[in-house]
Amino acid sequence: MNKLTKIFITLVSAITLMLSSITSSIAKVEGDYIVLGAAISLTGKYSSNGVHTQNGYNLAVERINKMGGVEVQGKKYKFEIIYYDDESNPKRAAQLAERLINQDGVKYMLGPYSSGLTKAIAPVTEKYKIPMVEANGASRSLFTKGYKYLFAVLSPANQYLEVAIDLAVEKNGGKPVRIAQAFEQDAFSQDVRLGILDAAKRTGSEIIIDDKLPKELNDMAATLAKVKATKPDVLVVSGHTKGALTAIRQIAEMKVDVPMLAMTHCDAAKLSKQHGKKSEYALCASQWHKNLSYKDKFFGTGKKYDKDFKKEFGYAPPYQSAESSAALLVFKDAFERANSFDGDKLRDALKETEMQTFYGNIKFGPGGQNTAKPMILFQVRCKGDTCENKVVAPTKWASDKFYHPIPKWSERS
Amino acid sequence: MDFLIFKAPILMVQASLDGILLGILFALIAYGMALQWGVMNIINIAQGDLVILGGYIAYTMYLAGIHPAWGVIVSPIIMFFVGWALYKLVINKVVDRDLFISILATFGIAIIFQQLMNFIFGADVVVAQSEYGTTMLFDNSVTLPNSKIFSAVVSILYAIALVIYMKKSRLGRAIRATAQNARAAKILGVDTEKVYAATFGINAALCGIAGALIAITLTLHPYVGLPYTVRSFMIVIVAGLGNLPAVAISGMGLGLFEEFADYILGTEFRIGAVFMLLVFILVYRRFKLSKKREYLK
Repeated sequence: MNKLTKIFITLVSAITLMLSSITSSIAKVEGDYIVLGAAISLTGKYSSNGVHTQNGYNLAVERINKMGGVEVQGKKYKFEIIYYDDESNPKRAAQLAERLINQDGVKYMLGPYSSGLTKAIAPVTEKYKIPMVEANGASRSLFTKGYKYLFAVLSPANQYLEVAIDLAVEKNGGKPVRIAQAFEQDAFSQDVRLGILDAAKRTGSEIIIDDKLPKELNDMAATLAKVKATKPDVLVVSGHTKGALTAIRQIAEMKVDVPMLAMTHCDAAKLSKQHGKKSEYALCASQWHKNLSYKDKFFGTGKKYDKDFKKEFGYAPPYQSAESSAALLVFKDAFERANSFDGDKLRDALKETEMQTFYGNIKFGPGGQNTAKPMILFQVRCKGDTCENKVVAPTKWASDKFYHPIPKWSERS
Repeated sequence: MDFLIFKAPILMVQASLDGILLGILFALIAYGMALQWGVMNIINIAQGDLVILGGYIAYTMYLAGIHPAWGVIVSPIIMFFVGWALYKLVINKVVDRDLFISILATFGIAIIFQQLMNFIFGADVVVAQSEYGTTMLFDNSVTLPNSKIFSAVVSILYAIALVIYMKKSRLGRAIRATAQNARAAKILGVDTEKVYAATFGINAALCGIAGALIAITLTLHPYVGLPYTVRSFMIVIVAGLGNLPAVAISGMGLGLFEEFADYILGTEFRIGAVFMLLVFILVYRRFKLSKKREYLK
């Protein structure tokens, strides 16, 4: 080992030691700060949505702190978040949760991005009885395990596209429809599938194609050829951004005519931007849209949130950011109602949450899922070459009429 | 619902054409792998990631307003130098070593490439639009995206060009000589070091072409390289090294196998079926070799 390497190693270990001594001195409430912990995917395959999540958290922290912070026992506190990068890796996320709790002394957690990572962290927070408000884990299985310290501000995955089936039946004059579906084989998409199965049963509809797409697959030609041959009334696709982009590309190229196409992750995939007119008429499930009429005193309306977020980060907020901001509003509300820093008192307060945020109404069901907020559906509509997402359901917020059936490819310019 | 493909025979035409067009693309990637495996005795785990990197080059051109199809010319040029540099930095240190070490080294390269692409291009799934339209056959019941036809034609043209180059050019002859016997080639004055670097560069260039074609026919993501590595590995195992017609046929065979597995076993077993086939072929080959007493341990 030469001299330089030795110096380098000494330096690195010195810095590591220094850093570890700093972090371990932070406790749950430090001076005027309430410290929250979060493992977020800042690198790896979820990094774009991880960053959306972090931006959502940060915007809310800044806003709440600026508007007076959190009042507990007559004293004003500010929020602060300790972040770690979980590298989009569930094992790493669970380790980091342990680290946040044991070494950094964090007593309150915010969720990571994606159902898979939330599933990895939830057992840890349960074990240490740490309340976690999460905003990006929608998988139904998170809410059926009897977790007592997990609260999700978003609607569970099985609700994503149920509405679409109801809409298809309605358009079919109340008669059952024939459904073709293709779902990726991951926790989230399979939960969306369960929702469709429920909806099909409820409406007496028939599922004629039920494909499960392997995670590595970026080719849906075979599924779409089957769709072409069987002519279903609705085609449902869910496979994160990859599924949405592959489906639109190949539907357009293979000229597959279906009266209705329902998907997830259209906005995360920037569908209308990447595929332009090819994506027109696609019906997409979303947790949030800026045009909804919900309100709160921190962010005002969805439109205002959209504006503020754009100003701060330079891009329009996807729903992943909006729901993440809402998680902090929930924490603030719960802290003030609990009027205590005790974990169990806070948990009880969280359980009683019933509030409106710019993101939607929030009230937690017995499993911790948000039961007060419906999913919305938007449809991609184009004017010339610019395409936009227009809310079409539920009717209360619809800005545009739902266009049905999708015109045949031979009639589209 | 079961076996829809037998109820609607036209689907067989669709599946066969899809499979063959896709298979030709796989064959191109596999040919690169076979080439450098044969010459350098290295199994390149980073093959699929080189493909994806090539795709991102075409995608970057697309973002800059250039038609992504030009990627099939630009991408191999850039990728050739990437391959050359990789050889000089890493591969030349493992080229005469145990096969295991080279697998480990290329596995490391694969991880670095994935993370770098993630860092530079982001974790979003992206597509490049070719706007090539669609060819419809049999009264619109079979549809072939022209981009897929384009990709098959380009792959075939490049493969033919490469075969001619290997036969006629000085470097091509040197590569073939080195593949047959590196020591003898060296004694006869072939600069094997240069040959190795060129071979790795050519392999990377082939990956670049395939990547550009994938950018306009399928989708790109920093982490989808591995399935391409596995597919090309399998094609090479079946076809053997340095046998282009066999690589082409087994590539198309694999494409067909995947499509039909999708219809008959179900989409969820599509990739699984490829792995099963790989295991089956490895076992079968070992069995056959041991029977012929050619396999010495």
